[in-house]
Amino acid sequence: MTVRLVVVSHSAKIADGAVELAAQMAPDVVIVPAGGTDDGRIGTSLDKVLAALEQPGDEGVVVLTDLGSAGMTAESAVEFAADPGSVLIADAPLVEGLVAAAVAAQAGADAAAVKDAAEAVYRPPAHPAEAAHGHQQPPDVTADFELVNQAGMHARPAAKIAGGLSAMDADVTLNGADGASMTELMMLAAGKGTVLHVEASGPDAAKAVGYLEGLVTSGFGEP
Amino acid sequence: MAEHRVELIELDRPIGDSDHGENMDRGFRAVMSKLAEAPPETPGAALKLTAMTLMSKVGGAAGPLYGTAFLRAATALGETTDVDAATLAAALQAARDGIVVRGKAESGDKTMVDAWTPAIEAAAAAAAGDGDVRKVLLAAAEAAEAGAVSTDPMLARKGRASYLGERSIGHRDPGAVSSALILRAAAGAAE
Repeated sequence: MTVRLVVVSHSAKIADGAVELAAQMAPDVVIVPAGGTDDGRIGTSLDKVLAALEQPGDEGVVVLTDLGSAGMTAESAVEFAADPGSVLIADAPLVEGLVAAAVAAQAGADAAAVKDAAEAVYRPPAHPAEAAHGHQQPPDVTADFELVNQAGMHARPAAKIAGGLSAMDADVTLNGADGASMTELMMLAAGKGTVLHVEASGPDAAKAVGYLEGLVTSGFGEP
Repeated sequence: MAEHRVELIELDRPIGDSDHGENMDRGFRAVMSKLAEAPPETPGAALKLTAMTLMSKVGGAAGPLYGTAFLRAATALGETTDVDAATLAAALQAARDGIVVRGKAESGDKTMVDAWTPAIEAAAAAAAGDGDVRKVLLAAAEAAEAGAVSTDPMLARKGRASYLGERSIGHRDPGAVSSALILRAAAGAAE
């Protein structure tokens, strides 16, 4: 079992569509839509959200929401949930956050890491210059890998990298971008032939770099 | 209890914007039928049932906001059947605090908080006076009504109206108005 995801939207169509989109990249993750009111109108329903939260599973739940009151309904539902401690609400844009969360959950990240992955899409991208010249501790491990696949760093490779790294206890940057953030990786717009400079720190730094080496040098399994 | 919910719905209808009026109407109709189905034993139980029903049936932001408000007020009352002025003022304060926690709005954001904050201040002052519960509710209702009017020139910083930016100025916040209606209905029921 992975962390489960619940999508609270004012619109049943938005919730269903977001789930459909995210499920493509996370086939093993249970993603439950809770959109619209009980009688099929635009709005949010405490009962729908509670029902989504109460589905079986013991790995924790991360909730993604759309407009303001969806967040409020989600918070209310958490207060009533059988095990409120197992539910986290991510403060992230619904679609981008859900995809990032689903990818992290698919990779086996725990609930806190899944929430972080969703919220990372909000954060401004790290600046490569700052990462290189900032007053930080030198990274534990560094490495350089060349992108060899034809399409370079597009959505699927970014999802694989972010998903894998978010389950590890390491801070990793690739050319200054947060390795756990699918969005930042895609914003690198790195094409074939780009050399990715990897800096990793933390207990899993070496494991993270090994993971990246396997992915990048094999072209992510793509031509 | 069911009777003054009806009053509230009828008062709310002309002033609610399309969604809010509709949502509040639906929510409180459901509250009425729930209360009639199984009349609660204590004021606290009635508030709790109201809270749960509003959260399930309103659909818009008012659902979790008023739901939380009624729930916190219910918790503040506990099992008591004899609500005195101080307890009532504390319950109103708990309701306002619940709205603030849930909606994360501050005074001046053009929300229902702008009705509730003056209301609980007036309620506390009235409770400290001669301790008449009716006066506490009346003071809260009057202050909430003035608070609702005070939202006219405000720029909305929370909720859907905040997307309008400057264009939100000059309109009265519907949530502040419905809050004043709720308190007025409560005061009316106590009379």
